[in-house]
Amino acid sequence: MEFAELIKTPRADNVVLHRPFHPAVEGTLCLTGHHLIFSSRRQDNAEELWLLHSNIDSIEKRFVGSLGTIVIKCKDLRIIQLDIPGMEECLNIASSIEALSTLDSVTLMYPFFYRPMFEVLEDGWSSFLLEQEFELLSSVTNEWRLSCVNKEFSVCPSYPPVVIVPKSIDDEALRKVALFRHGGRFPVLSYYHKKNGMAMMRSSQPLTGTNGRRCKEDEKLINATLRSGRRGFVIDTRPLTVAQQARAKGGGFEQEVHYPQWRRIHKYIERFNILQESFIKLVEACNDQSHNMDRWLSKLEASNWLTHIKELLTAACLAAQCIDREGASVLVHGSEGTDSTLQVTSLAQIILDPRCRTIRGFEALVVREWLQAGHPFQQRCAQSAYSNSKQKWEAPVFLLFLECVWQIHRQFPCSFEFNEHFLVLLFEHAYASQFGTFLGNNESERAKLKLPQKTMSLWSWVNRPEELSRFQNPLYEANSLVIWPSVAPQSLQLWEGVFLRWNRPSRFLEEAEEERINIIKYNKELQAKVNALRRQLAEMETDGEVQGEE
Amino acid sequence: LLQVEQVKLLDRFSTSNKSLTGTLYLTATHLLFIDSSQRETWILHHHIAAVEKLPLTTSGCPLVIQCKNFRIVHFVVPRERDCHDIYNSLLQLSRTAKYEELYAFSYNPKQNESEQVKGWQLIDLAEEYKRMGVPNDYWQLSDANRDYKICETYPRELYVPRTASKPIIVGSSKFRSKGRFPVLSYYHKNKEAAICRCSQPLSGFSARCLEDEHMLQAISKANPSNRYMYVMDTRPKLNAMANRAAGKGYENEDNYSNIRFQFVGIENIHVMRSSLQKLLEVSGTRGLSVNDFLSGLENSGWLRHIKAVLDAAVFLAKAIAVESASVLVHCSDGWDRTSQVCSLGALLLDSYYRTIKGFMVLIEKDWISFGHKFSDRCCQLDGDPKEISPVFTQFLESVWNLTEQFPQAFEYNEAFLLQIHEHVHSCQFGNFLGNCQKEREELKLKEKTYSLWPFLLAEQKKYRNPLYNPDFSPELTLLEPNTVSFNFKFWRNMYHQFDRSMHPRQSVLNLIMNASEQNKQLEEDIKELEAKIKQRNGRSDVVLVKEQEQTAHPAPVKSPPCFQKEQPPMPVKDAVRTIEGSNTADNRYSELVSEFSKAEPAVVSLEYGVARMTC
Repeated sequence: MEFAELIKTPRADNVVLHRPFHPAVEGTLCLTGHHLIFSSRRQDNAEELWLLHSNIDSIEKRFVGSLGTIVIKCKDLRIIQLDIPGMEECLNIASSIEALSTLDSVTLMYPFFYRPMFEVLEDGWSSFLLEQEFELLSSVTNEWRLSCVNKEFSVCPSYPPVVIVPKSIDDEALRKVALFRHGGRFPVLSYYHKKNGMAMMRSSQPLTGTNGRRCKEDEKLINATLRSGRRGFVIDTRPLTVAQQARAKGGGFEQEVHYPQWRRIHKYIERFNILQESFIKLVEACNDQSHNMDRWLSKLEASNWLTHIKELLTAACLAAQCIDREGASVLVHGSEGTDSTLQVTSLAQIILDPRCRTIRGFEALVVREWLQAGHPFQQRCAQSAYSNSKQKWEAPVFLLFLECVWQIHRQFPCSFEFNEHFLVLLFEHAYASQFGTFLGNNESERAKLKLPQKTMSLWSWVNRPEELSRFQNPLYEANSLVIWPSVAPQSLQLWEGVFLRWNRPSRFLEEAEEERINIIKYNKELQAKVNALRRQLAEMETDGEVQGEE
Repeated sequence: LLQVEQVKLLDRFSTSNKSLTGTLYLTATHLLFIDSSQRETWILHHHIAAVEKLPLTTSGCPLVIQCKNFRIVHFVVPRERDCHDIYNSLLQLSRTAKYEELYAFSYNPKQNESEQVKGWQLIDLAEEYKRMGVPNDYWQLSDANRDYKICETYPRELYVPRTASKPIIVGSSKFRSKGRFPVLSYYHKNKEAAICRCSQPLSGFSARCLEDEHMLQAISKANPSNRYMYVMDTRPKLNAMANRAAGKGYENEDNYSNIRFQFVGIENIHVMRSSLQKLLEVSGTRGLSVNDFLSGLENSGWLRHIKAVLDAAVFLAKAIAVESASVLVHCSDGWDRTSQVCSLGALLLDSYYRTIKGFMVLIEKDWISFGHKFSDRCCQLDGDPKEISPVFTQFLESVWNLTEQFPQAFEYNEAFLLQIHEHVHSCQFGNFLGNCQKEREELKLKEKTYSLWPFLLAEQKKYRNPLYNPDFSPELTLLEPNTVSFNFKFWRNMYHQFDRSMHPRQSVLNLIMNASEQNKQLEEDIKELEAKIKQRNGRSDVVLVKEQEQTAHPAPVKSPPCFQKEQPPMPVKDAVRTIEGSNTADNRYSELVSEFSKAEPAVVSLEYGVARMTC
């Protein structure tokens, strides 16, 4: 297919761009296969706006006489308006944008066409291999092994080719367990707590059905993570009633009789369309500047967004608490084990593991617990808050995770190596990107699409020193402690960096942030200088002494 | 002095009944609790707003103390008798009948008399009016109220238009509630426009007063750039109309020339009191859900009121900065809402009030001197509970909201606002005692008590905003806050100041403050070191020459530089490195497991100490 076929009017002049809190600018609008480009060549204020078609969530057009107006709502929640003279031009452009922003074939997406303008120092596709993770693990324990049972994606299509499992469980047993778990997602290691040797596993629901099927290998597998005589916790992210109802459809939960050493805790986490609706409502509330105080607060409440944040953080804290405080191993699952399960396991690691609070460690976490673990990014992030499609597989699961990290970041602002921009960047790229990292729904699909060969990885770009410096938190001081966030409603805040980003003037806040960074940088410079001078003086003194002795 | 042992201090929000055991003491001025690890909790009796004895439990008799600084402590006293004694003593100690019994009259900061006098002279309002540019061709100092004869609740020194003669002043004052006639609050020298303040006119349904009409005309004529002036009635229209029935009311536009009349709808002190009450009820709920919090916040109306106050201030400031129009502000008596709006308006207009000293001046001028009834509003003496209202707290909260939107515009930080709030209620210093200047003079506060401001200035390091940029806005340019609802946030550091588990465990403000302070020290160090090196170089020039001569010869092996002598780099953030809290038991998520542990004694119960990080 040629993109040119979709572009009837590739260029329009005298277009006026409106953005909130910016003066309107007149310029030229160009459409390419993957971008909408607006450029203004005004002497005093030359500006260029490049917008990926895949970032466009919805488009509206209206006409006043022959002046057409297109309102473009983006997946990163920005809203822009373009006034295009000429009805035909406007219609053509609108329909082109519509077509280009809703291409259904993945291989037509921009990452397959993008040619990086930078030198690749490190191929991000091989930056975070599970093998390396296992090597780290092997240096502290020998109770685990790397299994290639899923080499061909035949045992579990949504798992990566290699997984970490208890050493005592062989591949044959894993195959049997896979048959007993939804989608073949047998329990695998998610996190090993070095401090006390406790493990966090994740899986999908067991297929017990109504007649209470059991699987000895499954029991053996998860029991292998327990110390003798100790208890473990199963954290089920569904309420008991939902877990019970799941039995009718072949699903179910671990029953006490068969798992006597395990205590089950049901900690409900909302999913799918409920989350998507909550997202849509929140964005609506944030975009309406005319709300009076009561209306704003009731809209904020009605969105339920912060409730989801609180519930999610609570569940993650609970899992972390079981591991760190109770000294118990944990198995986390919901139904499919690809959404709420991953939210809980990854957030628990943010709380427990200082490595996950570094930039590289966080990237590794996203790769391990989201990409390799088979969170269906392509389905979940197909549309954002402005879409009318309302497909049931769309849900801001990853965004919620990022926001929870942000909430913890707010409470421990010196414990993270990265800054808020890094989280916002991941949000943006999960929804629209020039990189192939978030394409596909799991490793199997990524392999079929040959993403590592055909596209560039986000990590190849972001880990270059010049990019990285933008995402570093100047306040960072490595902190080896477990960090327990407060989940009181008074401690939670709206993530303004995402939800109010385009809705308020931010200059003063940005300048203040810059000033903060300057103070810290200056402090480090001064300290270095004082130390250097002291050293110099000490050297002179020694020299003087030596000379004196002569 | 009362002393009770084995008293438990419960954690307000913990669901696991976590407590500290210790000894409770009552002194003449404070309640003191020392726990087993020798940590002290001091509560000033004047800070106590309410004491409540709850029904007896198995562990003892619970006693809940609510403070005016929003601290709430929950004690359990083992014996009911003791509890009863404490309760009665506290009731007596926290209720004062006479000003002379307040802490300020016994507080002795070990200053000599001249220091005390100097302290009181630190803020000089005559100086402040001079700074604004009055007296000038249009405005003059009036001696009409020199002996408090015209208005008891106004200060002696008042600035009025030159054309307002004494009969006009007297006539106007008779037509205004409590005699509070229109006077100058702030003069904007660039725009030549003024903020004036007064109380409501006694217009009833049709009464007129020529002198009052002349007074307003004099104000509008005192502004050469715009003859039109705004009259802002800060009350909701309905309230103002209801006042007409009592012979009070508002200005009839037909009777006054060149005025534009405007209601701005800030609610009265009773609405504000009950709003705060509702807010505190919600925020004090244990195990609060997000939605209960948000709907409670909404129902309390608190943020709506804050927004109304700030919206009014923005309206006022814009009238002056954009239209160069003078504005006359009033409410009913002109000492609550009027003080809020005038002071915030001036704060938006004039960057001086965004400095530490300037903020003190602003409070002295628009709040203290113009007779905001601090004693009644903060319940300094045992009096009418219907007079209590958080009007000044709202003012501070509005300022806090501005500091959040303009992080570089203010010389002071949040701690400064909180400290002022603390002392408005502490009655430790004389500034806020009484309801008006006349009363303060009668109490001889300047001789018998100390002023708060020099103490705050002495420790201003703590109150400096490290991000402050004095050039943030050129002098007398308007600060224009965005008052869209989502900008107003719940002020956690005010209403949960003492609930540490709710705050971020690492404070960016403290960290930046320390770094900024340290930078100054480091700059000094560098100068000193450079001077030393220079000095040494001077001496070693001779040596250097020698060395150069030697280079022809094989250089002698030098001993490695002596690094032991190097001092370790200064510790950066001793104070902030401590990570406070991070305690699972404080947080609601422990609930599930602890409930679980009831059924399953095998599970260890969840009681943990505070995780601390040390360098």
